[in-house]
Amino acid sequence: MPQYTTRFGGLLDYEKGGVEAIDDEPEHYAFSNMFEVAANAKAWEKVAVGKNQEYVLEVIRAEGTSEWRTAAHDETALVMDGSVSVELVKLDEPGLPADKRGSVRIDGDPAGRPMGRIVAGRGHMALLPAGAAYRFRADEPGVILLQTIEGDDTIYRWAEIIQTG
Amino acid sequence: MTETTTTGAPEVRASEPNAHGYRSYSLGEFTFSRDEYFAHVTWPTGSHVMSIDGFLRATQRDVAWQFFYGVVNFDDVIGTINHYGNVDLFAGTFNDAYRRAEVDHLENFPHESIFGTFVAMLDDWTNAGFDPFASPEETGSPWGDKAGSNSAAITRKRVTAQRMVGVPGDEPLRTDATHPINRMFADVDQSEPEIHAEPGFEDEVAAFNLFAYLSRSDVTWNPSVVSVCKDSLYCPTTEEYILPIVHGNDRVEWFVQLSDQIEWEVADKESGSRRARVVMKPGDVAAMPADIRHQGYAPKRSMLLVWENGSPTLPQMIAEGRAPTYPVDI
Repeated sequence: MPQYTTRFGGLLDYEKGGVEAIDDEPEHYAFSNMFEVAANAKAWEKVAVGKNQEYVLEVIRAEGTSEWRTAAHDETALVMDGSVSVELVKLDEPGLPADKRGSVRIDGDPAGRPMGRIVAGRGHMALLPAGAAYRFRADEPGVILLQTIEGDDTIYRWAEIIQTG
Repeated sequence: MTETTTTGAPEVRASEPNAHGYRSYSLGEFTFSRDEYFAHVTWPTGSHVMSIDGFLRATQRDVAWQFFYGVVNFDDVIGTINHYGNVDLFAGTFNDAYRRAEVDHLENFPHESIFGTFVAMLDDWTNAGFDPFASPEETGSPWGDKAGSNSAAITRKRVTAQRMVGVPGDEPLRTDATHPINRMFADVDQSEPEIHAEPGFEDEVAAFNLFAYLSRSDVTWNPSVVSVCKDSLYCPTTEEYILPIVHGNDRVEWFVQLSDQIEWEVADKESGSRRARVVMKPGDVAAMPADIRHQGYAPKRSMLLVWENGSPTLPQMIAEGRAPTYPVDI
């Protein structure tokens, strides 16, 4: 039986593909590589690599300890490289209107009951439940792909990150 | 044609079995028949033939996806257009030569009508041992006279998580008992995340190994929902060999390459003329514009995250031309 090697990418080990335009403009495909984006980002910046109406895919360079954040809707964090711990707190006062889109920063430590902790490695997906506060910690640089809605802290760098003609 | 109707189900117009044991089906002015190797399609101004393996694989996706988003081209001649409640069946509509020759043909059907006919045809034409969802290396032969059926394979339940796979009460994780690890993903780490939930929060503190979950997928080119953020749907899928249909977008669609490599051939949605090739490697993110058709090629089984916006307002925006053609404005 043949031996197959499954190739994943990482901050220090990625090879970018690309758009070979024939009768089109490369920017129409918004082509980027999340590891390259994370390699050029500051820790915990939320850089959009995908946008569909109000919804976004954010790439986060995980390094050190993040700020506390919360959202009025579920989000998910998919660890694409490294190991990331997620700390969750059920907020005593959620504070966000139900229709608030995207996550918001919490100043200081959140007031609420500890919900628990997740330690996620590459390929692991964690639920960031609506109404909970969360913060990440990564002892070594890692990469998170966040499924969320665009918020006040979503960063757009299309001109820098996508392939253009 | 013999009129065959099942009580409570849409009418399916099917013939008696032919010399090879297969029924023929009619839908409006279209007819479908099969022999040992081919599917034959006719309409008032033309006819078409497809290899039966490709036809069954395409029909399987069209049925499983409820006609998907936009256009499902079975090849460069026939296919369907989803109008979300009713469906066009066409021949030559997205082919310049057929249009110029005026031999193209399109008919509209209620969703239930075309769905019922496709389901019946797929069930009748799929022999025991052939799985249209599987890669060619992993399944038996579609050829020959009718030999049994494979209803269990073609009616698999599609995964549709409400919040996230693995959350208590939601879609379960995959295990050896039901989903052994695929031969091409034998090296994928199966360890699960550490979860330390405080009492009372066991249902909220949730995580799972998505890569391990995908390594156990028993289907190819079949996106399923594993996580939800309102209308934002993560629909990962495992890809091997060739996408059995050519998808014509009616909205921007995003891809995230999680593992290995897929090459996409991209053509103009209307004419079919080539516009680009997109080569995606691990970590690459790309959008397919709303005015193209695309088909993927995966030499080794790979993990692809298809990201969809399932908003019910999108079809209306598309119909009114308010949905963007291109993904971002720089």
